[in-house]
Amino acid sequence: MSGNHPGLSNNFSRSGEKFSWSKDNLRSIKNIISKYPKGREQSAVMPLLYLAQEQNNNWISIECIETIAETLNMPKIRVTEVASFYSMYNTRPVGENLVQICRTSPCWLRGSNKITKTICKETNCEINDTSDDNKFTVVEVECLGACSNGPMIQINNDFFEDLDEESTKKIIDNIKEGKPNVIGSQKGRRSSENA
Amino acid sequence: MSLALKKVGEVQKMLNEKDKVFQNLHGFQEPFIEGALKRGSWSNTNEILSKDQNDIIELVKSSQLRGRGGAGFSTGLKWSFMPKNTGKQHYLVVNADESEPGTCKDREIIRNDPHTLVEGCLIASYAIQATKCYIYIRGEYHHEYVQLEKAIEEAYERGFIGKNACGSGFDFDLYVHRGAGAYICGEETALLESLEGKKGQPRLKPPFPAGVGLYGMPTTINNVESIAVVPTILRRGSDWFKSIGAENNTGTKIFCISGNVNKPCTIEEEMGIPLKELVEKHCDGVEGGWDNLKAIVPGGSSTPMLPKNICESVLMNFDDLKANGSGLGTAGVIVVNKNNDIAEVIERFAHFYKHESCGQCTPCREGTGWMHRMMQRLVRGEISPEQIELLENVTKQVEGHTICALGDAAAWPIQGLIKNFKSELISKYNKKLKAS
Ligand SMILES: Cc1cc2nc3c(=O)[nH]c(=O)nc-3n(C[C@H](O)[C@H](O)[C@H](O)COP(=O)(O)O)c2cc1C
Ligand code: SF4
Ligand code: FES
Repeated sequence: MSGNHPGLSNNFSRSGEKFSWSKDNLRSIKNIISKYPKGREQSAVMPLLYLAQEQNNNWISIECIETIAETLNMPKIRVTEVASFYSMYNTRPVGENLVQICRTSPCWLRGSNKITKTICKETNCEINDTSDDNKFTVVEVECLGACSNGPMIQINNDFFEDLDEESTKKIIDNIKEGKPNVIGSQKGRRSSENA
Repeated sequence: MSLALKKVGEVQKMLNEKDKVFQNLHGFQEPFIEGALKRGSWSNTNEILSKDQNDIIELVKSSQLRGRGGAGFSTGLKWSFMPKNTGKQHYLVVNADESEPGTCKDREIIRNDPHTLVEGCLIASYAIQATKCYIYIRGEYHHEYVQLEKAIEEAYERGFIGKNACGSGFDFDLYVHRGAGAYICGEETALLESLEGKKGQPRLKPPFPAGVGLYGMPTTINNVESIAVVPTILRRGSDWFKSIGAENNTGTKIFCISGNVNKPCTIEEEMGIPLKELVEKHCDGVEGGWDNLKAIVPGGSSTPMLPKNICESVLMNFDDLKANGSGLGTAGVIVVNKNNDIAEVIERFAHFYKHESCGQCTPCREGTGWMHRMMQRLVRGEISPEQIELLENVTKQVEGHTICALGDAAAWPIQGLIKNFKSELISKYNKKLKAS
């Protein structure tokens, strides 16, 4: 099912700390809820899960779920269901850089296996693992919708496309050294034009 | 005088630059309002909105535009199913979930030419009497989401949308809702569930969304590309749209070509361009040359593959692909050459469907898992000719026995594999047998 993001299990855990919304997020929440009709506040559960995840170091704890349920006046179990159904809500802590490698056929045909190997080697991480220094969590995912630019990976919010082993290593090295990366095509394409 | 349309099967020429709907598909120009105005977006929207709503629906119908999200249903006809003057809130919901493997076209529209979509949302919503529209975008498209939000903000600032949109007297609000990594939410009723804040599990139909849709209200769901071409159709006329492509397969179409080609790309072309021309002219050919071609999946992972002999002459439109045992689907063209194991390509798809099944129906939940395990063994040459037959049989038990089309989508690629490459699969088994 959709919820079983490779390696990120459906079992939620407690962080042990109370989760309360930041001031900024409280303002955003008002805004978000206003997009949906009165009485349909439940529609805001996905955007609120994103907000909570962002505020909570990129994962959803039971405390986050409790706070969301309270904010939206929803049963906790409904929030839990949603959080576990969608693969982008991380149900356990992840490293600073969540590296998602596309494994589906179009990327595979252009060498995604090599990219996986390179990433595992350079981050010193197995698939579904987090590195000891907590810099990286590496997972394999299904098609990310950039197939004409495969093989590709996503790191946090950014896509890195048209990869080969060399450019992949460079991206990981830059992260380790705190240097910026160029997002998008690593072969200098603007987007998906023939080039 | 009525326009003489080309027949399906008649070969066409390459699309003229001036006939492209998406002038900034690859983002070389400014994507936002300044660029959009130069490209003609928002130029006479007010005039379009002064037409009668039914007239707009008729124009779209007569353009023979068919939905770009996979099923190819007439867009104008779908709009005409919406009830009129109900006094209820109507909704347009735009499907930007784009998760079918091989497909990456809506992404280019959204990040590089977002105003075509924003303007399309306004016009389509007006036609179906919807004062509110939600665009549901896949969660992974974060950058695209930011681009889209910016374009929407610009449209509000200029009074193009919002109260009295474009001075038309029509009040219109447009919102973006992000998905969170579930392919099934591309299925239209799963999408509505998701938008309502629930797990994305498809609904039983009927009732259809036109009657009971989002929050129980009349709703139309359309793909991004279907909506984004509408302003241009209304500006240039349905005869212009029909002059491109062939009868019932009209207009321009965005194709995404991936896999074993020299230059994978996403390109707008005439609907019905020969598949071979698409690969040879736009992608610099198959890696290792045309003779190194094994098979092509023409319309995203859910469509059955075509063997090389059909790829020689098939045209990339709904009806010709259907006549050749496949479909246009999302026009995500996946090219496989002889350097790769075609069974493994399909095994990867099987893994995808197993992972994405929402788990509601037994044949799909259990079947996708079982089919994937069999495909893994098939790749290793471990299943006998009898078991290949059993596999084929099981795909037929999943097909047509589920709530939504994901079950079919999981079955078809495997059926296509067995149909076209059975002898190869059997010799895999024999080889393995000999070796052990
Ligand atoms: C499993 C499944 C996934 C789908 N995914 C998408 C998608 O990502 N985008 C899309 O536009 N349509 C998708 N569809 C098709 C939609 O259900 C719907 O038919 C389409 O959005 C209608 O738009 P159109 O008439 O403009 O093509 C999917 C269908 C199924 C069964
Ligand atoms: S066919 Fe599969 S994805 Fe569709 S509703 Fe049934 S279980 Fe869910
Ligand atoms: S297969 Fe990798 S992005 Fe589509």
